[in-house]
Parts: sequence; C-alpha cells; structure tokens
Amino acid sequence: MNIRYFAWLREHIGASSEDITYDQTVKTVSDLVDVLRQQSTGHQKALADMTLVRVAVNQVYVDIDHPVTAHDEVAFFPPVTGG
Amino acid sequence: MTIRVQEDDFDLTRIYSELREAPTGQHTPGAISLFVGLVRDMNNNHTVAAMTLEHYPGMTETRLTAIRDAAMTRWPLGKAIIIHRVGKLYPNDQIVLVGATSSHRQAATEATAFMMDYLKTEAPFWKSEQTADGVTEWVSTRESDMTARTRWQETK
Repeated sequence: MNIRYFAWLREHIGASSEDITYDQTVKTVSDLVDVLRQQSTGHQKALADMTLVRVAVNQVYVDIDHPVTAHDEVAFFPPVTGG
Repeated sequence: MTIRVQEDDFDLTRIYSELREAPTGQHTPGAISLFVGLVRDMNNNHTVAAMTLEHYPGMTETRLTAIRDAAMTRWPLGKAIIIHRVGKLYPNDQIVLVGATSSHRQAATEATAFMMDYLKTEAPFWKSEQTADGVTEWVSTRESDMTARTRWQETK
C-alpha cells in the first residue's frame, strides 16, 4: 500500500510517500489511520485530528470509512488552497 | 491543451488568440470570458514576499479535467481552458487562468466562475506563504470559498 502526504502533513511526517505492508485487519481508511498513528510522533501529530484532513484513495476523494485494499494509493492532505 | 499544470508563466495574448478561433466544426464564439488569479502582496494583514504552490500530480489533472467537463456539460461552451501554476511565485505573478467561450456572454461568464469555484475547493493544490521576515506558513481555507461553490448546487 502506497501512502502519500502533502503540505503540512508531509512536513510533520517528514516524507511525501511511504510504502506500508498491507495488514489484513485494515479494512477502511479509519483502520489505516490507526495503524499509521503508531509509526512515529510525526504521524501521530499529522493524523491527530482527522476533521482537518482530506483523504483520497487512488486519487479520488473518499470518506474515512471508505474501504482500502493492498494495492491502493492512499493520500492524506489538508483542505485545498489553490487558485 | 485545455488543462495545464506548469511552473512556467502563461501568455494571455496567446491563450486569447486560441480561444478566439472557432472550435473544430463549430461557429466562431460570440463571447470570451477569462479569469486570471494573481499572487497578492498582502494576506491577513501581513506582507507576502513569496508563495510556494504544491500539488498532487495525477489527481490534480484528473480533478481539473472533471471540473472542465462539468462546465462543458452544463453550459453551451465552445472551448474551456484551465491553467494553474505550481512552484515558487512572487507578488503580482499569475497563478491561475480559467477561460471559456460561448455564443453568448452569460454562459461564458457563469462557466468561468463555476470552474474557479470548484477549482478552489476540489483541485489538490496547497499554498504556503513566506512573509518578509522569512516566516513560512500554510495558507488556510476560507469559508467563503465553500459557500461560493455551494451556490452552483442550489441553482439549476
């Protein structure tokens, strides 16, 4: 599973991308967030308040209860500020 | 190219000329609407020295294409174009261009506003601002941007 981080989440985590070995117990984005929070204090900080975070699975916006599978690209980022 | 995400600046005169030409097999347009967004030198009462734009390559282009397609479906447009810059930009630099052509002005101006409102709330770009003191801060979202987008869901 490939995880992508952007903007301040990337800064807290210290990486723009990481590969995570798929864990069978991870069924949804929410489960994945629980696993990622254990990785480091940076992860914990970045993913502490999910109301501040948007999620995309395979580059499509999803909710926190969206299912994830082994070959998904899951991205976490703040609300967008382009334009 | 109707969707462009690039570091380079864009040439308004050239884009205008392209939009002015009739789309293949169609009539020449009666109206061109263009919106250009620029880097401000002030934001929330502090001086902006520079700005860096980050994006999500792949998803950005997909979202912008979907926004453009939605505008093309909703209004009788000849052409529609979205250009967004990324990387380091300075006050007064061009950031974004949205353009639409149609037989009549209303479709062109509405489509331009629609594309801009959706771009602001859905396209994965993030701005960080550098102040004159060298402080870098991520720009936060504005409630007004979401309100602006919602109006398109209420009408029509």
